Amino acid sequence: MSDLERIAVFGGVYNNHLSLQAVLADARQQGAQRIYCLGDVGGFGPHPDRSVPILIEQDVLTMQGNYDDSIGNRLDDCQCGYTDPRDNHFAQISYNYTLAHTSDPHKDWLRDLPAGFRLEFAGQRLLFAHGSPRRVNEFLWESTTPEPFIRRLLRDFDADLIAVTHTGIHWQRRLADAPGRGLVNVGAIGRPANDGRTDVWYALLTASDPIQVEFRPVAYDHPRLAAEMREEGLPEEFVETILTGWWTTCLEILPARERARSRD
Amino acid sequence: MTRSLDLLELAARPAPGQQAPPTLPFVGLDTLWLQVTGTVCNIACTHCFITCGPKNLSHPFMELAHVRALLADARDLGVKEYYFTGGEPFLHPDIFTFIEETLAQGPLNILTNGILIDDAVAARLGALFAAGPYTLDLRVSLDGTSPKENDPIRGKGTFDKILAGGEQLLKHGINPVWTVTTVLAESGDAEGFARFKAILAERGFDRPRLKFIPPFKIGREERRGGGYGEHDLLVEGDLFEGEEHALQCGSCRMVTAKGVYPCPILIEVPAARMGDQLADALIPIKLDHPACTTCHVEGFSCRT
Repeated sequence: MSDLERIAVFGGVYNNHLSLQAVLADARQQGAQRIYCLGDVGGFGPHPDRSVPILIEQDVLTMQGNYDDSIGNRLDDCQCGYTDPRDNHFAQISYNYTLAHTSDPHKDWLRDLPAGFRLEFAGQRLLFAHGSPRRVNEFLWESTTPEPFIRRLLRDFDADLIAVTHTGIHWQRRLADAPGRGLVNVGAIGRPANDGRTDVWYALLTASDPIQVEFRPVAYDHPRLAAEMREEGLPEEFVETILTGWWTTCLEILPARERARSRD
Repeated sequence: MTRSLDLLELAARPAPGQQAPPTLPFVGLDTLWLQVTGTVCNIACTHCFITCGPKNLSHPFMELAHVRALLADARDLGVKEYYFTGGEPFLHPDIFTFIEETLAQGPLNILTNGILIDDAVAARLGALFAAGPYTLDLRVSLDGTSPKENDPIRGKGTFDKILAGGEQLLKHGINPVWTVTTVLAESGDAEGFARFKAILAERGFDRPRLKFIPPFKIGREERRGGGYGEHDLLVEGDLFEGEEHALQCGSCRMVTAKGVYPCPILIEVPAARMGDQLADALIPIKLDHPACTTCHVEGFSCRT
């Protein structure tokens, strides 16, 4: 039996070393005994070589996302799974920047990350994956991930609770007849959740029956991040997202329901 | 992304009909298509690959009891998303019961020509879009940027009626996906894309969603634009690794009143029928029809 009482789970660092530090501080303050990162350390933000040392030094249990696989294996693109040409255009700008500014030791570290984690927590079988347990770049959005499909994932992958990231927007859905079971998308800490707030979000899991999942907003020095992004010559569209909390790219991948809540 | 077959390689190998077709693994039922109004449609487009029209009863309307049984099976199988098509789905007297009961268990896409979407229909759809836990998408077919381009394909007067239907949806909070079959090849290029965006912007669609579909050379389209050639067959070795995740038939099945089929394209191909029940059809398939080359070569998926 595990004696863990509280763990923090986040994903999508996207080079945002400032929000990463703020999230880790908040998680420690909240009593998280272990901290998990579900992958995608690079992309979007500035200074790719700043986040990896933080993850290592602070003992964050980090798994591999599609971005980490791409950077680690020196591939040509991020394997993000976008379909729209404009989304792919901006994704490629981030990717080229991150690939060029990630040192070889850090690339090797990303290449060798595990593909997922399993643990027992509060007597439940937790499974952590990047996109979904079956595909690293599968998008699991709130409005397109129905309860019967979640039951299927839990059944197919022998889990009670699955935590994922990859979409950048946090949500959870529990089974109506078994609230301890379900799926949690922890969102991303590298950029805001397209909600008009500049905060980023992570999940704090507390051992109880059922397991309690709290999504926590974290404020950080986002004007400083925006300044660093401009100094690095990153697209103004990305800077705008950091400063406003609204996405300006990757919008076409959003389901209609999530898109209707967007600013543009 | 378009992939092209190597023509020299094609010329050098035996005729496709003499080689075994590739087998596509089945990765699980993610997507369930329902041919709710069969082949019955209020219009008769010249490119329709299943020759739908007002008088085509080849596949009749689906009955409510059948749809409910399928939804129960789909729930047990963990289906991720649903699609309604026809024919024209809004001809069905029970369509809103289908929509409401489907949306209660997953996201839904409805493929329509938009002509029957008036203020009342759009208002009901808008309320359902706003209320439920799962997303609702309407795909409205439009085949040109003017009556002159569209109406010879979809029927006289349809251009204005289609756009009016789309405008009703937008008024009620649904931004439809305009679906363009590239009968006019230039529709799908960058200039064509810009022209569609421009005419939609004039009507208030400031962030238009567009999907382009290659013509499938069967049904009425075969008579309009010609059929497949003798080399249009896939053979073992043609598929790329993991193509079962890209081709929709790796994770979808289509159900009509007449049975279960691998995909929405092949319901008029008797040999493609897989059985009466979904359970009969959750198996790998052989990609042995010429239309399979369109999806493979174009990298096309019927998904929204």
